[in-house]
Amino acid sequence: MTRAALLVLADGRFPAGGHAHSGGAEAAVKAGRITGASGAAGLEEFCQGRLHTAGLVSAGLAAAAALGADPVELDGAADARTPSAALRVAARKLGRQLMRAARATWPSGELDALAREFPKGAHQPVVLGLAARAAGLGAEDAAYCSVYECVSGPATATVRLLSLDPFEATGVLARLAPEMDVVVRRAVEAGRRCVDEGVDALPAGSAPLLEISAEVHAGWPVRLFAS
Amino acid sequence: MHLDHTHPHTDRHDGPSGVSADAHRPDGTRRALRIGLGGPVGSGKTATVAALCRALRAELSLAVVTNDIYTREDADFLLREAVLPAERITAVETGACPHTAIRDDISANLEAVEDLEDEVGPLDLVLVESGGDNLTATFSRGLVDAQIFVIDVAGGDDIPRKGGPGVTTADLLVVNKTDLAPHVGSDLARMAADAKAQRAGLPVVFQSLRSEDGVSAVAAWVRGQLAAWTA
Ligand SMILES: Nc1nc2c(ncn2[C@@H]2O[C@H](COP(=O)(O)OP(=O)(O)OP(=O)(O)O)[C@@H](O)[C@H]2O)c(=O)[nH]1
Ligand SMILES: [Mg+2]
Repeated sequence: MTRAALLVLADGRFPAGGHAHSGGAEAAVKAGRITGASGAAGLEEFCQGRLHTAGLVSAGLAAAAALGADPVELDGAADARTPSAALRVAARKLGRQLMRAARATWPSGELDALAREFPKGAHQPVVLGLAARAAGLGAEDAAYCSVYECVSGPATATVRLLSLDPFEATGVLARLAPEMDVVVRRAVEAGRRCVDEGVDALPAGSAPLLEISAEVHAGWPVRLFAS
Repeated sequence: MHLDHTHPHTDRHDGPSGVSADAHRPDGTRRALRIGLGGPVGSGKTATVAALCRALRAELSLAVVTNDIYTREDADFLLREAVLPAERITAVETGACPHTAIRDDISANLEAVEDLEDEVGPLDLVLVESGGDNLTATFSRGLVDAQIFVIDVAGGDDIPRKGGPGVTTADLLVVNKTDLAPHVGSDLARMAADAKAQRAGLPVVFQSLRSEDGVSAVAAWVRGQLAAWTA
């Protein structure tokens, strides 16, 4: 594996559509649940919550896909772990966009096969795991990409939504790094068990407020972000 | 999606899969010509798109993709004006950054274009409008085959002189709202001379959509692009 390939895949500028999504931050800002960088209604707490719920679930899926688990089964498992229809739509949209970018960047028969299976997009973490494989990366790398993206998305969005100081937002991400390491370890472990025991071994944590507010957000007539 | 590496494309672009600019669809047929319209806020991009649809829809199979900043206003305007049936108009959400969606990360736009071809095709022409952005916003060559940059006389008659990628490199520069020139004190002759100096021979059209058939010069240019595309 090449470490540089990991940087290419993890780069926020990797053209896979993430820039149009806030990871629930837009809804949380509007509801007054994010008002600044840290504190009771802080970006940091929001990201922490996301990290240990949606983040862990996504990273587990990505790790399992990178380890070669059946992507179609993983996609079903992702559906089952995403109660909000709006979030399922967003995950497939992003999966389709990532698929396009990944196939152009690291052509691979496995990606081609998954694209044929899901012409309108598989869940993003599943595509991410296969993209990592195609790039010669491992399960841990896939999980890191997934976990990082789960907090960096809301952080960049909050900079735009609240005009939050970008240095503060980056500081939040840096402070969360040790916790990201922990979540990645759990995700990779779950991914390994998934290969042996099936998709039920994957984490199924969920943040009800993220799911509910995603539904509400999808109905707004005017919004900056798609989710 | 049409990225299978096994397809026998003939004049595809270089690269592993001809991901975006590939001139053919999965079934081997030639895809629609894609023309982008960009330019500053309120210069008349949507009005030009609407006028082009009215001028061309009888002779061509058309679709439109809009990239709004944070609303669906452009798409809604086109729907209200009924310039095309609703299923031929798609709004892409840009996360408040149209220039990212048309230049740096074009995946959502490519999907919109491809879905339109799948669902209402075959199409001859897809117009992709970027929400009003700054003077440096241009379309990726991976998304469109040609681009029109729309400015207006009311935004200041020094915009052609200031240049910028849109003004200098767009395949067609449109200076819109010439009817307003006397009211805002814009010097059209100076704008024309500046544009000529900036654009190294690339075409410039002055138009007013307030006049009968105001879009005819741009429509003729589009027909020319299409003739070259299908030749
Ligand atoms: N007087 C005059 N007004 C025009 C002309 N073309 C467009 N307008 C008006 O200018 C305003 C803005 O036009 P739009 O077509 O919405 O501009 P736009 O570039 O799409 O705007 P954004 O998408 O918001 O950046 C509208 O009120 C149009 O009716 C013209 O040739 N003359
Ligand atoms: Mg417009």
